[in-house]
Formats: sequence, C-alpha cells, structure tokens
Amino acid sequence: MSATLPLVNAQESRAATSAELVGLSKHFGSLKALDKVSLKIDAGSLHALLGENGAGKSTLVKCMMGFYQATSGQLVVDGRERSIPNPRAAQALGLGMVYQHFTLVPSLTATENLVINRPDCPAVINWEKEKASLTEFLSTMPFQIPLNVPIYKLASGQKQKLEIIKQLYLQSTLLILDEPTSVLTPSEATEVLSLVKSLCEQRRLSVLMITHKFREVSDFADTVSVLRQGRYTGGGKVADLSHQDMAAMMMGQSAATARPGSSGGTITTAKGRSNANDNDNDNDNDNDNDNDNATASNSNSNSNSNSNSNSNSNSILQLRGIKATPRSGAGLISIDSLDVEAGRIVGVAGVSGNGQSELMEILSGQRPLLSGSMQVDGQPYTPTRKAAREAGVRYLPEEPLLNACAARMSVAENIAFRNYDLKADGKPAWWLDRTAIRNHGKDMIAAFNVKTTSPGAPIDSLSGGNVQRAVLARELTGDIRLLIASNPCFGLDFTAVAETRERLRAARATGTAILLLSEDLDEILELADTIVVMSDGSINYQCSRDEADVPTIGHYMAGHAGDSTAPIHSAPV
Amino acid sequence: MSIPWHRPSWATPLARHSEALLIPVGALLAGFLLFALFLALQGKSPAEYYSLVYKAGFGSAFSWQNTLVRTAPLLLAALCVALPARLGLVVIGGEGAIVISGLACAQVAVLTQQAGTAPGMVLSLALMFIASALVGAAWIGAIGVLRHWRGVNETIASLLMTYIAIALMNHLVEGPMRDPNSLNKPSTAPLTDWQRVGQIPGLEVHWGLLAALICCIAAWLLIDRTTWGFGARIAGSNVRAAQLQGLPVGRMIIIVTAMAGACAGLAGAFEVAAIHGAANASLVSGIGYSGILVAFLARQNPLAIIPVAIMLAGFEASNGLVQRRMDLPDATVLVLQGIVFLAILSSETLYGRFRVFTPERWQPLPAEGEISTVQQGNPA
Repeated sequence: MSATLPLVNAQESRAATSAELVGLSKHFGSLKALDKVSLKIDAGSLHALLGENGAGKSTLVKCMMGFYQATSGQLVVDGRERSIPNPRAAQALGLGMVYQHFTLVPSLTATENLVINRPDCPAVINWEKEKASLTEFLSTMPFQIPLNVPIYKLASGQKQKLEIIKQLYLQSTLLILDEPTSVLTPSEATEVLSLVKSLCEQRRLSVLMITHKFREVSDFADTVSVLRQGRYTGGGKVADLSHQDMAAMMMGQSAATARPGSSGGTITTAKGRSNANDNDNDNDNDNDNDNDNATASNSNSNSNSNSNSNSNSNSILQLRGIKATPRSGAGLISIDSLDVEAGRIVGVAGVSGNGQSELMEILSGQRPLLSGSMQVDGQPYTPTRKAAREAGVRYLPEEPLLNACAARMSVAENIAFRNYDLKADGKPAWWLDRTAIRNHGKDMIAAFNVKTTSPGAPIDSLSGGNVQRAVLARELTGDIRLLIASNPCFGLDFTAVAETRERLRAARATGTAILLLSEDLDEILELADTIVVMSDGSINYQCSRDEADVPTIGHYMAGHAGDSTAPIHSAPV
Repeated sequence: MSIPWHRPSWATPLARHSEALLIPVGALLAGFLLFALFLALQGKSPAEYYSLVYKAGFGSAFSWQNTLVRTAPLLLAALCVALPARLGLVVIGGEGAIVISGLACAQVAVLTQQAGTAPGMVLSLALMFIASALVGAAWIGAIGVLRHWRGVNETIASLLMTYIAIALMNHLVEGPMRDPNSLNKPSTAPLTDWQRVGQIPGLEVHWGLLAALICCIAAWLLIDRTTWGFGARIAGSNVRAAQLQGLPVGRMIIIVTAMAGACAGLAGAFEVAAIHGAANASLVSGIGYSGILVAFLARQNPLAIIPVAIMLAGFEASNGLVQRRMDLPDATVLVLQGIVFLAILSSETLYGRFRVFTPERWQPLPAEGEISTVQQGNPA
C-alpha cells in the first residue's frame, strides 16, 4: 500500500494537468446556465474564476467534474479532447474538487476519511501502516491536522484544510477550489493559498479557484476569467487587470459605475469604510489590502486594556462576568465585559469554534448561563420572545434558511415571524390574521426587493440571496435597539453581501447597537467601530477600528496572548 | 423581467393545492392497485373485493352507520398522531393511551357507580371522561417530557410505552380489577346502564362521533388559525428558527403531546362507555395503529383526517363480509393498510418533482441571481 502513497515530495509522480474549455454551453430547458464559455487553464497555473452567485461558476465546474453533461462544446484535458461522463472519469484524469461545503464523514477520523476516499482502498486495511504513512505525508504540509480525532470535533478551518489535503492525497493534478477560504482566518487563507500557489509553481498542480475575493485573485492567481449570467465577460492575466476592471466585468459595466456606494463588498472596502466613519482619512485610493492599510496607520498593539469601562451610560448591550459551558472542544465560555453602544457596531473576530456560536446561543437564550449578567438598555435581559420584543432585540444568524426560516412555510409567513401574534394596535392576538400576514408580506417583498413567484411560495424555493432579503425584511423592520448578527454574509452572493452590509450600516445610522460576530475579518474591518477578538471562549483583545492592525488581530485570533512570533494554528481540539 | 405568457393569478395557488391533494390520492390509488395484485395472486377477484367493500362500508344507511361507529375512535387516534407531527414529532403510541385511559374510564365508573341522583350521575359521567382524557394526556405528555428534557426519541418511547400499557391492562384486568363474574374474558365490572353513552338521535351512532368531529375541527382551528398554532408550526418546521424567535419550544412540545394524549384518552373512554361496557382485552384493537395511517394519509391535517378516517373505517367495517364471502383471512385488511401506508410514505418524495405543480419551475426567471435555483444543490 505504502508504495503507492502520493507523497508530495515525490516530485516526479504526476505533473500538473492543463485544461481548456471550448464554447461550453449547458442548458436547463430554456435556461442557459452556461452560454459558449471558453477558457484555458495552463499547466501549473492558478486560474481564478470570478462571478456572482448564479453567474454559472458552479455549473461550469460541475460540467468539468462530470456531474453535468455539457449541452455543447468541448473539454480538452492535457491537449486531448475528453468526455467526462461521471465524477470517477474526472478523478481518473486527475481532476479533483474541494467543495464549499464539507464532504468529510463527520463520525470518522481524518485518517479514516483519507483512506476510504482512495480509489484503491483495500478490503482489509492495515491501520498502523496507513497511520504511519499518513503522518509522513502530513509532515510535508505547512499545517497540521489531528489525524485521530473524529471530524465533527474539528473546527471548520481544519476541515477545509483536510479537504485540500485529501485531494493532494488522491493525486489530483488539476484542483478545483470552490471558495476555499470562506471558512479560514486571513493568515490561514494566506497559508493555504501560498501552499497551493507553490505547488502550482513547481508544476505539480494546476488550480481553478472559484472566489469572490479580489485580493485573493490579485495576490495569488496568474490568470482570471469572469462569468456573468452564464457568459464569459472578460479575463486575462491578473497583472494586467485592476480590481475595478474585474468588478466591471462581474457586475456589468454600468453597474460598477452607477452604484459605487451600494456595491460595497470587497471592491470598495476603502470607500465603504470612509463612508462609515467620517474621521477616517488615512485610506489610500483603491488600496483594499487591509493588511498594508492598517499597518500604515498607527499600529497600536498595546491597546489590550483600552476597553470602555462600566461607566458608559450609552451602552445598549452590557455583558458582565458571563460564564457558560462550551460545546465539546472549546474552552469555558468566559466573557468579563462586553459593551455595545447605540449607533455602533462591535465586531467579534475569531477563528470558528472559539466560542462565537456559544455566545450567539447565550444571547438568544439557547444556552444557560453559569453566572454573570446580561443587560439591554440598563435592564436585566432574559432572552424570551416577550423580553426581546420589549427591548427591541433582533437576531440575524448565519445561513438564514437553516437557522432563521421555516423552510416549508411561505415567504409571507416567514416574514411574519416577529409580529404574527400582535394585533395592529400591539395587543396580543389569538387568531391568526392571514390577510394581514399576506399583505405585510407583499409590502416587505416589494420594499426589500425579494424575488419570489408569489408571497405564498415556500421560502426554500428562493435563492440564497432572496432568503436573506426576506430575513432582513423581518429582522430590520420596526424599532430595533440591538441587533445581534452572526456571519450574516456567509455563503451569500455578491449583491446580497453588499446589500446586507448596507442594511447593517443603515441600521447603525438610525442608532441601533449591533454586535457582529464574524469569521470574516475583512467584514469586521469594513463594518465595525470597535473590534474584539474571541479566542478559546474568552475575549482577549479589543481595539477601535482606527487602531486595528491585522497582524495583531490575527495574533490574538490564534490565541497567543503572550509571545509575538508564534505561527497561527487552528484552535486546539 | 419579461414574462412570455400571461399567468393568471389563480394559477399559482391552484398548483400548490392540487399538489397537496393529488399526490396523496395518487399514492392511495397506487396502493389499491398493488393490493389488487396481491388479491389476484391468490386467485381472488379484486373487483369483487372492492365492490364488497363498497356495499358493506357505504352501500346502505345501515353500512354507513356501521362505518361511522368505527370512524369515531379512528378520528381521535389520528389526532394523537397528527398534532405532534405538526411540531415535527412522530408519536405512534396512541394505542397505549387508548388502552390505559379506557382502563381509567372503567375504574372511575366502578368507583362512582353508587351515584343515585341525576346530578350525581352527570358528575360520574363527566369524571369518567375527564379522567380518561387526563390519563391519556399524562401518558403521551410523558413522552413529550422525556423528549424535551432527556432527549429520548419520541417514536421509540411511544411504541414501547404501548407495550407497557397493554401489559398493565392485562395485569389489572386479570388481577385487582377483575370482575369475578367475567369468566371467559377477564373484564372490569360492567358499567351500569346510565353510565353507557347513548346514540345520536336518528342515527345508530354513539355521541363519540360528534365529539371526535368537534376535536378535529378544534385541532384544525388551533393549529391552522391561531397564533399559538402558527408558533407551533414554526417550531415544527425549524426548531432553531423558533428558538431565535424566542418561542417556548419545550413548553409547546409538552402541551401538544398532552393534547394528543387527551384525544386518544377520549377514544379509549368512548370505546369503554359506548361499545364494550367494560375494560378488557378488546381495547387492544389496533385503532391506535390505524390512526397513524389515517394521519399520514391526511398529511397531518386535522380536517383531512375526517374523510380519510371514514374511508378506512369503511374498509374495516366491510372486513367481516369480505371474510365470509371471499374466504379471506381477517388479516387481509391489515395487508391493505400496510400497502397503502408504504405507498403514502413513498409519495412523500414526490413533492416538488412535478413541474406542473411547481410554479417556480414553470419558466426560468431571467433576472440575475435566480439562475442559481437550478444550479444550487451540492452534488456531494
């Protein structure tokens, strides 16, 4: 067995694969998901694929991986035209894919997952031997994964790394990465992409990377292709293209110039931030590399203790001495002090699995407190429906369809979740006013531009961005004192992300206090006025946005409160 | 967004409602067809079977009454499944609640038999029913409590508790509660005549039918027309979303399971007070299990339960005639029920598959973002 093991330093084993798509089309009935798309991935190059959700990126990739059969057009792999009837054929050609969602078996360990995925997996497995050879294989990797721990105990960052390792282990020579860094910290993302890049440079791997982040394209990709509504709208060498060029290709020429403010997102980070905070003058033009940007401003790494003390009367949310039991894995949840003031956004940064989801559960009443106090507007707060309504507390969880919607109920019903049990005059209602629900739904669908066939359509028939719009309509309508948001943009398409962030800014402008828990540091840097870092269940760093310095924050995210040179690893298991 | 053809406003709701109606009906017909095959393989005529069912179940006023008598407990047993199902719980222990509350009814009847005056008699009858409902509520409510506080699977718990209920009933009826005069079939002491529930004037059907119909309508109003029921439906569809809305999910689970148990309890009480006149092994008649089939056929809708229960009651009412005329064993109706149940469960996968019922798929919406509805769905 071990003889066939694909060690990365076995240089000669397989060389990078090149691929070319020629006039590829894929039609679903009358819908043209892909319309005569051509692109070329040179051997040993890192090719980025940009486009909004629905632009056809996933369809393109599924055609390459044999999940779909193209309606017309050719696929050329290593100079020969190939048909890929099924995923197995793709794997035989050296094509491997890392999905946005994890494909590991949660109850098995990393070792078991890797071995069972091997096409030549033997009927009887010599586990000692496999473990030894895997440990050797992993030692060539720039990051470590615990091999003998069930996957469900790993943080999502570690799972993503394992997904990439799995493809290398399976000897893929053309790797398709579907938004590979959406679950990683900035330094982890850099680490993973650097590894991928170096493998490309050694011509052991070619990569097609789907991404939304322009910074990743300009820092790592050699070439780029942009899709919009199923068509190829541009591309070329990354060195020749500015972020504005790419944004124009992605959004359509007019869109990028016509709505600079609302397009927000990653392209106009600098602009969005200066809008958000008027005294923020030190942004260079079109410099959205937060790293340089923040370092250029005064990096104040000694600001650990500058937390606003209890005397602040403006606080909407006050947490004091919170202690709660963690899920298995994380340290005891322990938050000494956390304040969110009216009209401010406090961003909680951290690697996933360091207590953020527990904090969200505490704030929404799903995790009991061992000790400590929660106050909203100076009043003790116990998260019940009544208390949340009286205090004006709303929630915006991640993955809205999974966490904030009843999938089988209609769009209008889902929009009514906050107020279905109130009459127009605010008194409790016993009978359901179905006309009011439908009319309110219609109004909200129009106001928030939710695209649906009718208010009575089940909400799971909507696309992800439109589900989020419906949830925003529900949670951001009314008198809101405090909004608690957790990864509100995770998995959303470009416009929905921009729109969500714009809504958060608008809520802040009307005086809402916002606690933003996010694994996306860029998002926090873009939106938050105050940044706190959560690591191993407690808050170990706090700074204002002006003082924000990405390396320092990354350092605390990694849980290294003491030494300054430690590399960043994921949370301990 | 250009719409190539004009879509009338009633088309979308019509499509959704047609799907909810036609898929179960189609599954039912498929089940009947498979059962016809089963009969044909034994050399029996399916046509004769179905025509006998029609004659004995629905062919005359007499057969209608026979059917309706069997409908009453079936309605209540189906509610015992349908109510928790709207909260996302699969409770299949109605049989146990019927047995144990039938026993409670008989016991209260024995204890209050001495009441001589009219108010005393009314009180005695009321107590019989209240006690049955409470015992049923406690029996199934306990499953809700186990589920909420201990995370015990409600399906397994309710099934196992049914065996406990039956064993308990056998023990008590053959021991401490046995009427010495019941020789061949151990029973509790018979109810006195005034404790028996009479018939609806003009019908040879006892009052249980009316009570069950009222329960169905009340359950439908509660779940589909009140704000409380709306909250329960949120919790039934997505517990996490309900918790984020601050809804008391645990309390809802316990209240709904207790209400479900109370319905089954009433079924037990009517079985004792209107049919058997005493608690004995006849209480274990499989009504609780037939109720599961009814609830699933009705897709857990308390109003749809009514026609479905009547139909299945007709099949059961005709069983005797079918046995005699066609020389088929009495388990035949169980085979039919099993086949229909499988057909219904299989049909659950068909929702959203038919283009004609799914307005989202009538035409591609060309605006950006919408294309993704086709592309989404991870192949892995």
